[in-house]
Amino acid sequence: MTLLDVQDLSVMFTQRGREDVRAVDGVSFDVSAGEVVGLVGESGCGKSVTSLALMGLLPEKGVKVSGRADFDGTNLLGVDQRTMRDLRGRELGMIFQDPLSSLNPVVAIGKQVTEVLARHRGLSGDAAAKEAEHLLDRVGIPDPRRRLKEYPHQLSGGMRQRALIAMAVACRPRLLIADEPTTALDVTIQAQILELLKELVHQDGTALIMITHDLGVVAGLCDRINVLYAGRVVESAARRPLFAEPTHPYTRGLLGSIPRLDSVRGEPLNPIPGSVRDLLPWVEGCAFAPRCERVIEACVEAPPALIGGSHQYRCVNPVLGRSAGPEHLLEQE
Amino acid sequence: MSEGLPRENQQASTAERSGGMALTQLGKRKIEKLERLAELSAINAGERGESLWREAFKRVRHNPAAIVGAVILAIFVLVAVIGPFFVPYSPKDTRWIDQVSVARNIIPGPSADHWLGLDHNGRDVFSRMVVGAQKTLLVGIVATAIGLFFGCLLGGLSGAAYGLGGKAGRRLDNVLMRFVDMLLAMPALLLAVSIVAILRPSLVTVMIAVGVVAVPTFARLLRGSMIAQSNAEYVVASTSLGVSRPRIAFGHMLPNSLAPVIVQATLTLATAIIEAAGLSFLGLGTPDPSEPEWGTMLNDALQTFEYAPRLALFPAVGIIITALGFTLLGEALREALDPKLRK
Amino acid sequence: MTAMAPVEPTAETTSALVEVKDLKVHFPITKGILFDRVIGHVKAVDGVSFSIRQGQTYGLVGESGCGKSTLGRALLHLTPPTAGSVHFAGVDLTSLTREQLRAQRKRMQMIFQDPMSSLDPRQNVESILSEGLKAHGIGADRDERRELISKTLDEVGLPRWALSRYPHEFSGGQRQRIGIARALVLSPDLIVADEPVSALDVSIQAQVINLLDELQTSLNLTYLVIAHDLAVVRHISDVVGVMYLGALVEEAQSDDLYRKPLHPYTKALMSAVPVPDPVVEETRQRILLTGDLPSPANPPSGCRFRTRCPWAQERCAQERPELRLIDGHKVACHFAEDLADVH
Repeated sequence: MTLLDVQDLSVMFTQRGREDVRAVDGVSFDVSAGEVVGLVGESGCGKSVTSLALMGLLPEKGVKVSGRADFDGTNLLGVDQRTMRDLRGRELGMIFQDPLSSLNPVVAIGKQVTEVLARHRGLSGDAAAKEAEHLLDRVGIPDPRRRLKEYPHQLSGGMRQRALIAMAVACRPRLLIADEPTTALDVTIQAQILELLKELVHQDGTALIMITHDLGVVAGLCDRINVLYAGRVVESAARRPLFAEPTHPYTRGLLGSIPRLDSVRGEPLNPIPGSVRDLLPWVEGCAFAPRCERVIEACVEAPPALIGGSHQYRCVNPVLGRSAGPEHLLEQE
Repeated sequence: MSEGLPRENQQASTAERSGGMALTQLGKRKIEKLERLAELSAINAGERGESLWREAFKRVRHNPAAIVGAVILAIFVLVAVIGPFFVPYSPKDTRWIDQVSVARNIIPGPSADHWLGLDHNGRDVFSRMVVGAQKTLLVGIVATAIGLFFGCLLGGLSGAAYGLGGKAGRRLDNVLMRFVDMLLAMPALLLAVSIVAILRPSLVTVMIAVGVVAVPTFARLLRGSMIAQSNAEYVVASTSLGVSRPRIAFGHMLPNSLAPVIVQATLTLATAIIEAAGLSFLGLGTPDPSEPEWGTMLNDALQTFEYAPRLALFPAVGIIITALGFTLLGEALREALDPKLRK
Repeated sequence: MTAMAPVEPTAETTSALVEVKDLKVHFPITKGILFDRVIGHVKAVDGVSFSIRQGQTYGLVGESGCGKSTLGRALLHLTPPTAGSVHFAGVDLTSLTREQLRAQRKRMQMIFQDPMSSLDPRQNVESILSEGLKAHGIGADRDERRELISKTLDEVGLPRWALSRYPHEFSGGQRQRIGIARALVLSPDLIVADEPVSALDVSIQAQVINLLDELQTSLNLTYLVIAHDLAVVRHISDVVGVMYLGALVEEAQSDDLYRKPLHPYTKALMSAVPVPDPVVEETRQRILLTGDLPSPANPPSGCRFRTRCPWAQERCAQERPELRLIDGHKVACHFAEDLADVH
């Protein structure tokens, strides 16, 4: 059952004396309960802005948001601030990249968790303290009673991120948005956090929107993946087909440009030329065209549409067929 | 974002609309253009690159507060520099003393001959204000320069020693900074009064006093800024290149530390003018009472304040507006140079 | 040192360009207001030995706080080592005077993680690149230097017009190219690259990795690549050393290390790296480590990894394991043989 249905979401930043910047440009996707949807892309592709727009966390001045985001019958983009504040924390939880700056440095962890519980679940006193302890325990923080009295700077990066997750899931939200939750963490800690997120999704049936630049993270976690480039979805597919048959040249380029732990060494990588700055405005054609190796005339004549059934792509000259994957790889032991 | 790109495309699309050229050919040209752009993906505006200073200047120009400040200061500097050559009368000329009677509370106000009226000694107030502006500017600039010079010397040395000098450097920094702390611990006015008391009261003494008061601020500021820069990665980078330590300190750390110092200097100009006026007001400035100086004029005006308050008003407004001009410009500079506020 | 596999002709052979022996970097933890009292030491690097052959790439991996960056800087004597020695091309760097060391820096260069903060924002590219040349007296005049610089710009794939531009006018990938050019222009033998791609976008990382590869082949460079990303390190390195809490726990040929990691920490690290392939991700077994990195100020007794090791025994707490040669790997684990087939 669809929990969140985002239709044609656009975010425009306007600033006096400057050209308007369209950070998100008609993005549509949906998430069901117990499903993990990934938004993948490089810096400036609009993935973080999308999440902030959904959470109502964008500044009001200089920002124009359009489109719909139906969350169980409520349009998140249309509700007032008060309703949004109620929804956040209770129905929607968010986890940020940098746990240190998302926690209040002068308030003990316990107090920060109980505040959420008091506000959204009406718990107070012993009940709240007990529940907070239970939450920290649940996200894998050892010795939770002691940790509750500690301040954010006393916790390690991984523990802080766990505390933040505890706060985000304190009220058993139905939708969790995680914006690069593991980027600031070490790989061994990242593995722990990803495992924790998986568990939360499986046990509680929480829907999760995972925002990341790391295709490896996505491959292990997401059910459906949307690849973003310059504010638009360029490819959208379930996990397996996306990696087995990447169709948009950008997706394929991304996959070709990351060194894999299990690939044959000594072969040069296949980078995408240029940088994300080399954009063609979408109204003119495909934004990726300046960097694309498969560019043809049609690419710069009109903006390509998102086509295809369950595996959608925004390309007039797509790569069809399986990716140059496994045969290049070492045998699995 | 590439600035060159939209323009190029605009040209192409206007050509598309107007001309009857074959679309395919245009498409090809477009692709070629895009390929070229992909190669040169840095911002390609103009021949030379834009330094941070030039960018900051551009931002200052768009700040209304900065413009107001700059206009005030331009007028002030103009008046101070060339005004004295065009004043109608000598500021020390007391030839209208017979029109004034302090005993009977008569001091003539503004008239066609004397735009701002006369003072209690029968001198032309307008001329005194204009010539006084020159003195005020001089005091402000010289005092700030003294503070800036010695402050930067102490702070720069300290910061460089602390940042790059190892253990010995830290010791040197410790000694220098304790001295600065001593200066800082003394109340500014008390320090200034003591200096004036040791030397004899004169305009030069006021400059020195106000300058010395400003020294610890500059020293602390530059030192802190230099130390912060010494931890910057480009300093490590320069060290690893084999660049010598003095060159790193004065070629890299110093220029990158100057922005807050320059802002502070602008703000100090404002306080220096106020402080100098204050000292003159207390009678610690120029011993010659006929010398036109805004602080002295303010003091003189006190005697006749009850029936001629305007005599206090003119120098007071002069001081306030000038100080405001420097402050506005200083704040605007601070904003423009703040790396966090750059996009 | 008895029951060991035959020594392979690897790092130990004669043509080692860099030889690090028992290197230690301890930072004092001080307390006190007026007089600093040393109350402990952060043992950032605590006894590391390895060597890098001419033309080889040595990869150093480990998580944040393992001391890999400090090791890189201590190797170049940018951070003074507390103990141990670094021989570079037969010269003991520790024995050099400051000036001799400065002269020696021409031959060993560094590439930094964040190209923005490691470039002085007030210098244009020409000035950045000529700095090292000037410091070592290479190139007689500006034209000669410009010639050298332009050649280097070609090598790193930057256009000539970049010369007059400032760092903030470039994209992240291009800035990193400037950083690489700065190191290359002195034609060094050794380049220490500290997280050279981790600040860059995924699609740009590959460009820089390929560039480093090409440059190594064409200029016969020796690299020490420090990174947290195991996949990146494996891709570019011939030999990989894994660091944990200030010490090497395993060292092996890049492919061997992947095929058969012997140290429990290496195994855990390998299994934690996400692979962009759902099929692999679904089938692989993860070794999830519990807990966090212990504080380097107060490392655990015996084996440093024992607090997080799933196979820790009593012996691990009492005896610190030395690096031993097993199957061509150097491993610091008492039970490496027993765990060889555990995944």
